Amino acid sequence: MGSIQLQHVNKSFGTHAVIPDASLEIKDGEFVVFVGPSGCGKSTLLRLIAGLEDTTSGQILLDGADMTDAAPAKRQLAMVFQSYALYPHMTVAQNIGFPLKMAGMDKAAIDAKVQDAARVLNLGSYLDRRPRNLSGGQRQRVAIGRAIVREPKAFLFDEPLSNLDAALRVNMRLEISELHQQLKTTMVYVTHDQVEAMTMADRIVVLNAGNVEQFGTPMELYKTPANRFVAGFIGSPKMNFVDGAEAAKYGSASIGVRPEHVQVATDKGAWHGTIGVAEHLGSDTFLHVNVDGLGLMTIRAEGEKQLHHGDSVWLTPDPTRIYRFDKDGRLLPAN
Amino acid sequence: MARAATTTRKVTVTAAAWVVALIIFFPILWTILTSFKSEGDAINISTFFSTPWTIASYFEVQSRSDYFHHFFNSVIISIGSTVLALIIAVPAAWAMAFAPTPKTRDLMMWMLSTKMMPAVGVLVPIYLIFKTLGLLDNVWGLMIILMLINLPIVIWMLYTYFKEIPVDILEAARMDGATLGKELIYVLVPMAVPGIASTMLLNVILAWNEAFWTLNLTAANAAPLTAFIASYSSPEGLFWAKLSAASTLAIAPILVLGWISQKQLVRGLTFGAVK
Repeated sequence: MGSIQLQHVNKSFGTHAVIPDASLEIKDGEFVVFVGPSGCGKSTLLRLIAGLEDTTSGQILLDGADMTDAAPAKRQLAMVFQSYALYPHMTVAQNIGFPLKMAGMDKAAIDAKVQDAARVLNLGSYLDRRPRNLSGGQRQRVAIGRAIVREPKAFLFDEPLSNLDAALRVNMRLEISELHQQLKTTMVYVTHDQVEAMTMADRIVVLNAGNVEQFGTPMELYKTPANRFVAGFIGSPKMNFVDGAEAAKYGSASIGVRPEHVQVATDKGAWHGTIGVAEHLGSDTFLHVNVDGLGLMTIRAEGEKQLHHGDSVWLTPDPTRIYRFDKDGRLLPAN
Repeated sequence: MARAATTTRKVTVTAAAWVVALIIFFPILWTILTSFKSEGDAINISTFFSTPWTIASYFEVQSRSDYFHHFFNSVIISIGSTVLALIIAVPAAWAMAFAPTPKTRDLMMWMLSTKMMPAVGVLVPIYLIFKTLGLLDNVWGLMIILMLINLPIVIWMLYTYFKEIPVDILEAARMDGATLGKELIYVLVPMAVPGIASTMLLNVILAWNEAFWTLNLTAANAAPLTAFIASYSSPEGLFWAKLSAASTLAIAPILVLGWISQKQLVRGLTFGAVK
């Protein structure tokens, strides 16, 4: 079991509220990702759950039991840090076995569990090495091994992949997702990378300035963002926004349309513009278009479009995929 | 031109360094040389190098006073005070490095400021306290007082080392179920071994060389090597050769220890100064 509940959690440093008032309910076995820009409080929220920071007010419940004031060691949670935080003076085997040693388990049982974890994570031949003799990916696996070995109620990941290079990051992303499938243990994962969030999460919490902007499945967030912030944060390339008179035509303060929901033509359309930069990726073409009177827009066209810098184009947004926002940025119901 | 200027500069700096080093080392060298002279020859500078060398002073010193008694007192006091200091300083430095409050910096400055106070200012109260508690001429009393006077430096040095340890690793230990004590024993201390070793070494040297308190608070039983040397400056006059022999015997162990561990010491004293 591993459900996590936050009830009106507040965390302030002096007069500055990093987390003003957060309430969340994470179900047992769920993979929840906290995503948001730098400094939005996502790591603080994770550290509050871990017990590494004290809440200013509010309650944290693990499996229904109030753990707000419990020490990290008592919460039966495991954490994987951004810096891996391996013990440099211990071997891989000692690192993985450390939580079991702290739990007072006997040596033979520790060895057996360490061997199991090492097998799952392909670390069998590195058990006698010290962390400094491992690559970044291997270190990350040791950190995960140390987390899984004691079968915690939930795993907490604090931007675990941000120190890895791009190729390795994709691999580790898959490995962590597979691990979740295997273990079916609750995982809470912090990242600023919305692609990681979309690909890994059962549900995503979008945070902004310490506030939970929206909590939902990746597709809910993509299809019905609660507000302009979520709409802009989820999706890559990000949503295009238009304010002023053009938005007023739709009866809203601003409208948003995703790059993949705009048709490009050379002869006619709703908005005229000139291509600033064309990025040809093979599978897609990203066009950065200076639209007359509306500003810069990014368009995602499937396949290879023979369009280049300086070309004149017409853009037509899919009318069923136009998001309307009120003056406070909240999503208005579709027309 | 530039290369010539650099070479000249290097030679000058090296020569200056040698001169400074020799000036600093000269008293020790002269003490060692004097210890191998007879009393009469020792004070006669003009014939110093032409008169015969002898080890008679060493035999004289050993027969007059028990060197090993004082030597073991010095060992017990310097190691004992260091161990006591570490037992207090490790948790203190942990708290200052990893759980600081807005007043931590002030507290550290205050601690260090006690080192600037002249020791003689508190001699009378401490003497009276020791007398009341029966700690005069007692190795435990000396261990406590030397621990207290060196504690600020020990805490400060350990603090500097601990600051270099990533807090993530200690937090990982907490998440892994380590209590505070286990976090210190299994994670912090092993990671800080080089720092703790050089702090220990420095404290042993400071305690070994400490003369003010060891002379004022001991008579015979607990007297360390400092008292052994001082006993050779008697009312009848100074006996240079014997005084030098006693001094050489007293400084030899710590000189050897310092020589062996100079790398550690330099690292310890300059740690954190340059990133």
